[in-house]
Amino acid sequence: MNVAAASSRVFARAPSVLPGFGLTLGLTLTWTSLIVILPLAALFWRASGLGFGGFVDLASDARVVSALRLSFVAAIIGAAFNAAAGLLIAWVLVRYDFAGKRLVDAMIDLPFALPTAVSGLALAALYAPNGWLGAPLAQLGIKIAFTPAGVVVACMFIGLPFVVRQVQPVLADLDRSLEEAAATLGASRTQTIVRVIFPAILPALLTGFALAFARGVGEYGSIIFIAGNLPFTSEIAPLLIIIRLEEFNYQGATAIAVLMLLMSFAVLLAVNLLQSWSRRRTGGGRHA
Amino acid sequence: MDRTLTTRSFLLLAGLLLLLASICEVRADTVLLNASYDPTRELYEAINKEFAADWKAKTGEKLTIRQSHGGSGKQARSVVDGLGADVVTLALAADIDQIAALTGKLPADWQKRLPDNSSPYTSTINFVVRKGNPKAISDWSDLVKPGIAVITPNPKTSGGARWNFLAAWAYATAHSDGDEAKARAFLTALYKNVPVLDTGARGSTTSFAQRGLGDVLISWENESYLILKQFPGQFEVVYPTISILTEPPVAVVDANAAANGTTEAATAYLAFLYTPQAQKLIAKNFYRPRDISAADADDLARFPEIALVTIDKDFGGWRQAQKKFFADNAIFDQIYRP
Repeated sequence: MNVAAASSRVFARAPSVLPGFGLTLGLTLTWTSLIVILPLAALFWRASGLGFGGFVDLASDARVVSALRLSFVAAIIGAAFNAAAGLLIAWVLVRYDFAGKRLVDAMIDLPFALPTAVSGLALAALYAPNGWLGAPLAQLGIKIAFTPAGVVVACMFIGLPFVVRQVQPVLADLDRSLEEAAATLGASRTQTIVRVIFPAILPALLTGFALAFARGVGEYGSIIFIAGNLPFTSEIAPLLIIIRLEEFNYQGATAIAVLMLLMSFAVLLAVNLLQSWSRRRTGGGRHA
Repeated sequence: MDRTLTTRSFLLLAGLLLLLASICEVRADTVLLNASYDPTRELYEAINKEFAADWKAKTGEKLTIRQSHGGSGKQARSVVDGLGADVVTLALAADIDQIAALTGKLPADWQKRLPDNSSPYTSTINFVVRKGNPKAISDWSDLVKPGIAVITPNPKTSGGARWNFLAAWAYATAHSDGDEAKARAFLTALYKNVPVLDTGARGSTTSFAQRGLGDVLISWENESYLILKQFPGQFEVVYPTISILTEPPVAVVDANAAANGTTEAATAYLAFLYTPQAQKLIAKNFYRPRDISAADADDLARFPEIALVTIDKDFGGWRQAQKKFFADNAIFDQIYRP
């Protein structure tokens, strides 16, 4: 969004520098309308039949609220774990050389490629009370599969590549001389990390967090196998949408979808604002 | 040069025509699409083979039958949304009612068009327990005891789960002198013992048989025997004292079949299900046949006589049962209200 605004300003001032603005903008708008805005408009249109009162009733229905809460809280916790683990993995992959590095690097993308049902089945088998991880955990009294914790685990699995792939290139591009300069100016290691490296990768980290969150909140296929799907405890909002569809209640289904969309938009907007705030604070990105 | 060009284009044209003709030849084969629910996969594979041979012998036409399987409600929704299935063979009449009501692609009284409520085979609901029945489960009353973990799918998303629920309800009302509050308390206690609500019957089977969850699985009779076959020596089947006669119905989707030009084949396909030949296959695949004349005695020996309620006599039909038990905020939803 920032880039678009900035470039439109550039073009408004000097339209002749790079021709084709009208055509490309037209194509951009047509394409986004067709692929993004039109389906979303249809969604709002279908849900609008419910009326404002019906919508408020739905948004305050205890079961809907608890499903939304689970979906969003689990997605945020999962994304937070991913932000920490993803940052570490990206760091290791960029800064160190070791045998099998290529292999690890390639493995990061697997959760992208796997059909979600397959990952769900694999996770459920692993964390079930008789699974490889589930059995020892059960002896310690910890239950993961078929509880809300299972939802978080699924979110962590599917969201990891987003953080790693966002942070990795930024870390790789980071100018080493900055760190050297910091060292020669007397900064300690911690100071270098906190005040030089971290601010530079923070925007990428936030983007990764936002993407992992968005993926987790809308996820159905893999979560359904590892969550217990019990109403009020481990029922996620996308499942509630499916349940409404099974009742041939298209309006109710789209209304929950609209609620999810609005909430996701609010979270993503908050992340975006945080991002632009951090950019401003560090003076405009990595190559300040 | 001109000459060669014409010859070449002539050859090209001839080749294209030949290709087109061969495509048309392929298209001339009649293709039937049967949209069915989850556990019928094996049954219809067996039936399709015999029907295609039968049809070829009678009409000389080569018939290909394609199957599509999924949750019963999901399949109905696909047809509502435009899946061009010529026939639907679903888990419960309510789902075909929805297709009729929402699309008009088949008449509202579709269920009267074929014998036996349009259900060429029936089944019932029973229990699967672990080998040796360690928790000594013999009837529905054992499922509400504290400490028993019961596996059954979500009635909201699974047709089979709705039959499970109604079978338990039938037991509960029979043992509470028709006091509905007591029946509700019974069902509430039962679902409090359910640690996982899978979205479909196959999901519950996986949870129980492969994940080791639960002490008892409430299941379609046919699915129970499939489990015994797939995991020999690990499980046992238990019959409760009372259960429900499940009648999975079949219907031609008139408008789709007319559009595909398959009305005749589709009608014959469903009629074939009632023949002794198909009924034998039905018994072999663990469904209860309507006509036992040709069925193997070994297959029939599997189906004990137990008290069975029916959806029409005891629940006033699917339309009423759906509204009373499974609609938004109906009895099932109230169970989980904190």
